[in-house]
Amino acid sequence: MNKTLFEKVWESHVVFSLNKKIDVLYIDRHYIHEVTSSQAFEELKKRKISILRNNKIIATTDHNVPTKNQHLPIKDVLSKFQIETLEKNCYDNGILFFGLKHDFQGIVHVIGPELGITLPGMTIVCGDSHTSTHGAFGCIAFGIGTSQVAMVMATQCLLQTKPKQMRLKLEGKLNLGVTAKDIILYILSKLGPDGGTGYFIEYSGSVFKRMNMEERMTVCNMSIEMGARGGMIEPDSTTLKYLKPKIFSPKEKEFKKIKKICKNLKTDKKALFEKEYKFNSDKINPMITYGTNPSMCINISDPIGYNHQNIQSLKYMGLKEGEDLLGLKINYVFIGSCTNSRIEDIRLVSKLIKNKKKADNVSVMVVPGSKQVYKEIINSGIDLILLKAGFELRKPGCSACLGMNEDKIPYGEYCLSTSNRNFEGRQGKGARTLLASPLVAAITAIEGKIVNITEYIKNNYM
Amino acid sequence: MEKFITLFSTAVPLFIDNIDTDQIIPARFLKLTTKSDLGKNLFRDWRYDSNGKIKKNFILNKKKYSGKILITGKNFGCGSSREHAAWAIRDYGFKVVISNIFADIFKQNALNNGLLTIELKTDFINLIYKNIFLNPNILFEINLEHQYVQFENNKEYFKIDDFKKKCFINGYDDIELLFSIKKKIEIFEKNNIYN
Repeated sequence: MNKTLFEKVWESHVVFSLNKKIDVLYIDRHYIHEVTSSQAFEELKKRKISILRNNKIIATTDHNVPTKNQHLPIKDVLSKFQIETLEKNCYDNGILFFGLKHDFQGIVHVIGPELGITLPGMTIVCGDSHTSTHGAFGCIAFGIGTSQVAMVMATQCLLQTKPKQMRLKLEGKLNLGVTAKDIILYILSKLGPDGGTGYFIEYSGSVFKRMNMEERMTVCNMSIEMGARGGMIEPDSTTLKYLKPKIFSPKEKEFKKIKKICKNLKTDKKALFEKEYKFNSDKINPMITYGTNPSMCINISDPIGYNHQNIQSLKYMGLKEGEDLLGLKINYVFIGSCTNSRIEDIRLVSKLIKNKKKADNVSVMVVPGSKQVYKEIINSGIDLILLKAGFELRKPGCSACLGMNEDKIPYGEYCLSTSNRNFEGRQGKGARTLLASPLVAAITAIEGKIVNITEYIKNNYM
Repeated sequence: MEKFITLFSTAVPLFIDNIDTDQIIPARFLKLTTKSDLGKNLFRDWRYDSNGKIKKNFILNKKKYSGKILITGKNFGCGSSREHAAWAIRDYGFKVVISNIFADIFKQNALNNGLLTIELKTDFINLIYKNIFLNPNILFEINLEHQYVQFENNKEYFKIDDFKKKCFINGYDDIELLFSIKKKIEIFEKNNIYN
């Protein structure tokens, strides 16, 4: 029978079918962090249940860590206690823990892949919705709540309804200035905030095939923003090449096994999807959001169109239907988050700002996704380029993506952000977020306002 | 988990689409290591202004609307996976949330916490809206056993997975079931590729 990539991975992880709809799904990797795990440990303690497979759990600290003075004790009492609680829980249960002082610390969806802990064909969960990121490796990866974190700790399994399947095909050449971020924002603008609800997505076609792993992760990362359970891409030679040198990747004979696994991780030609969409990359230009969910998104030089949510959204954003964003003054630029804080993202930014300086009105924060990314920034001299341009390089964490630490955008200010959510108050009370690619972020930082990216590249970089 | 069979209550209509979990409970309230006391910060920034003063126009602050049922616009609970959203709604006193469609993770979190999510057709939700607008004291019946929502002479059936229904009626959860098949899990592991 013809099967999709999703079906192949799903079916090989079904322990038991409870009824026609619900399967008991085995989980290969479980990432945890400080914010959504403590209540799960507590629940197990209360029920006197021990952790079934502590070697399948990896813990990191990311959501509320400071990005300044990480070597000093954390000032925020609650954050400090939350992190200490995670450390203690990991110590008590023999779980691998990457604390602030550890060389492998970073945003959970950045470290898993870069350390080679995420491997093709795995089932992966984490108490964080952006777990969909790991789908870039041909994994079924999705976010879960804290009760489910406890279930996986106790039994290494979850009760799951099998989602429907959707394929998004994208072919063609990319227009000037278009990156993976623009592609996923474009898809979001077409499908809406619930266009993927109930589905698992497979991204296919030549555009995704040509992408490097960092770009594929950016795409899969934002699958959740259209409500999809997750999104995945067939693993191929790019995947294997990325994984081979990674620290935790299997070596030699064991790596050959992964190669073999990948051969089967393909959607069969006649496999069926409940929904299919085809897009052509000609239509995609550099994108930016204007509203308060990531699907409220336009081509950067187009006017804001009609959306039934415009009244509440645009009031919050201080914008008007029919006007465009060109010339809008931007005082804050945030480059970071599990969507766009990998080394390739920072490299792209550094290329664009080399020998340039940020505009006087802008504060620019660059928050690398992990200690490993930070190290690479230093080793390759990117830190000097950032310094000369007036960009502030911080230490790794989720930072201003959700503003749990002190990295918040002031009330009423616009922030051009490479993160994934522009919800009301997400980056701080009253903060107004405009989501875009690292490329758009770099140029906005230089200009201090929104510009026509295509024209700007033609005039300044060609 | 608390048992749930039938509920009679008035309802609070919050007809906004795509309410994300950052609105339900902002990230700054996620620093706790317990599940309790989150209700006071439910919809915090919609209920209070930046000086901490009550926003009178927000539906939860209008005295005429109360009850254990929250009726919302479509795609409720989208965004972050924070279970704090379900805990906050439950802690505030709601036992049922009705929407046209729920975000997937939120729905699972709610059902794991004895917060019943009911998906109804838009037409019926609009009918509720019209009626509740005219009369905030309308009494709703949520009948889980026979899977319907009723007010006055209007009745609409809803779907729920048989297993989840059993969990609600008997007050047990997924962990108990998973625990009962531990042997099967251990056998499965022996042949799993990544074991």
